[in-house]
Amino acid sequence: MDLLQRDRLKRRALVSAVIVAEAVRCVECGICTYNCPQGIDVRDHVLSGLPVSDAGCLTCGECVARCPRGTLRFEVSPLFRDRVGPGRPVR
Amino acid sequence: MTRRYVIVGNGPAGVAAAEAIRRHDTAGEIRIVGGEDTGFYSRPGLAYLLTGAIPEESLFSRPASDHDLAGIHRTVGTVREIDPQRHRIVLFDGQAMSYDRLLLAVGARAVRPAVPGIDLDGVVTLDNLDDARRILRLARRAKRACVVGGGITAIELAEGLAANGVETHYLMRGDRYWGSVLDPYESALVEGRLAEEGIRIHRGVELAGVIGRKGRVAAVETRDGSTLACDILAVAIGTQPRLELAHLAGLQTGRGIWADATFQTTDRDIFAAGDAAEVLDPETGKRGIDSLWSAALDHGRAAGEQMCGVGRPYRRPAPFNVTRIGGVTTTLIGAVGTGARDVDLVTLGRGDSNAWREHADAFAVVSDGEANHLRLVLGPDRLVGAVVMGDQALSRPLQHLIRERVDIRWARDRLSRGPIEVRKALQALIERTVPLGAA
Ligand SMILES: Cc1cc2nc3c(=O)[nH]c(=O)nc-3n(C[C@H](O)[C@H](O)[C@H](O)COP(=O)(O)OP(=O)(O)OC[C@H]3O[C@@H](n4cnc5c(N)ncnc54)[C@H](O)[C@@H]3O)c2cc1C
Ligand code: SF4
Ligand code: SF4
Repeated sequence: MDLLQRDRLKRRALVSAVIVAEAVRCVECGICTYNCPQGIDVRDHVLSGLPVSDAGCLTCGECVARCPRGTLRFEVSPLFRDRVGPGRPVR
Repeated sequence: MTRRYVIVGNGPAGVAAAEAIRRHDTAGEIRIVGGEDTGFYSRPGLAYLLTGAIPEESLFSRPASDHDLAGIHRTVGTVREIDPQRHRIVLFDGQAMSYDRLLLAVGARAVRPAVPGIDLDGVVTLDNLDDARRILRLARRAKRACVVGGGITAIELAEGLAANGVETHYLMRGDRYWGSVLDPYESALVEGRLAEEGIRIHRGVELAGVIGRKGRVAAVETRDGSTLACDILAVAIGTQPRLELAHLAGLQTGRGIWADATFQTTDRDIFAAGDAAEVLDPETGKRGIDSLWSAALDHGRAAGEQMCGVGRPYRRPAPFNVTRIGGVTTTLIGAVGTGARDVDLVTLGRGDSNAWREHADAFAVVSDGEANHLRLVLGPDRLVGAVVMGDQALSRPLQHLIRERVDIRWARDRLSRGPIEVRKALQALIERTVPLGAA
């Protein structure tokens, strides 16, 4: 597989991902929102319980990586979203 | 008749209560009185303000306009008096408010050790935004700082000061960091990280006094008679729930304001929640105090419902905190206490829970020699606690196993048979109780 194609595949996988949060870990510090290059209010999504499925999200992972509490994660398929309750293990 | 709700405290407990009340009583009159002249902000975020990871604006997580829309009135002011007979509170500026239901969500304050010089300019604690601003101001001019105390706040202070280029010395009374909650390996892991950040750790050192010059901190003096010159002394030896208002109202108090599982105090129209409350767990008959952001939100929500006459009695979940200590993401769940006494904390610290001090007699430990470490605390038939450092993949399943009190008897033997078996047994437990990905 050439590099470009691999890149494209990776991109497709990432684009179908959304950022979801485990709200109980969040302390509302705002680091995620502050570091989002797209200006998405990630914290507000966490507080309202909604995943970041904003069309502007680059799935760059800045918010996931910088959250000091491990609150955020990628979830690959939005189809599974509603079936995942709090505290349930998800891969 | 329109019910009048007054909430003292603009922290997470107070705000969550106001929001819960509005959900259940659309007509009621809701007032929040808070002592700080800022809007609602993230207190745990103050640590990141100190290190420069975020600017101050980032701390304000809930726009005031949301509350205006919900008709929640906010007043800045400090409550001076409660008259439970007349159902009235009075602020220092003379303003009076009548209530049908009152919530005390007044939080806790840092305690200072009773040593000479402790009130000198340059001795700091970290309770609120004003404190963080003061620390940043002082750090600009300071060369050297000393930190005394323990728990999460002591580390946050040390890291914050070091990040501002101040030579930082952490004076520990004990021989290792947070010995009542962390095991020796975990303490060493954190201490190693702090050393990498340039923080100098001194063990077995006890503060005897603060030496001043022109009213400002010039040095600290230790029990063995030596002195260390510094411009800042940061103190984090524990917190104390604010009890003054409860005493004025004649409420019963212990370490905190006594509340039952419906958050009612010993006065039927006054409720207490958050860091200030010592809440009865009907199941164990014990009272507990948490100093945790998520617990304060839970308390507030449940207390707000009870004030509207709805909701179920509160069952204290296994307390849970996740934080970054020494750069290592660390989750503490349930009873992780080591049984050791902590000489650096005289009371409960911030981001702390007394439930972590309860300890069981069996542990299972898995460490990879790097920053990834897992400690499970085993009860006779269920997991009672866990410490997850570094890789957090197991943190959520563990939280579930502990909070839901999942029966582990069939796997318990394997959990005490070395790292490889522990991982396998844990995996089996998780898969058996909650199939991965299933609802
Ligand atoms: C530096 C720091 C780090 C922390 N780190 C963590 C962490 O990592 N994880 C975690 O879970 N928790 C952490 N916490 C603890 C967490 O912030 C508290 O548990 C939580 O804020 C408690 O909420 P509360 O609403 O009970 O009280 P607070 O948030 O303390 O709010 C109390 C409110 O009462 C007001 N008040 C008090 N007395 C009066 C009066 N007489 N009149 C009017 N108003 C009054 C105050 O102005 C304030 O608005 C940390 C706290 C601090 C300070
Ligand atoms: S993944 Fe990147 S673009 Fe998307 S919300 Fe997080 S920081 Fe913003
Ligand atoms: S960085 Fe993490 S803890 Fe902070 S507001 Fe965002 S999700 Fe919450």
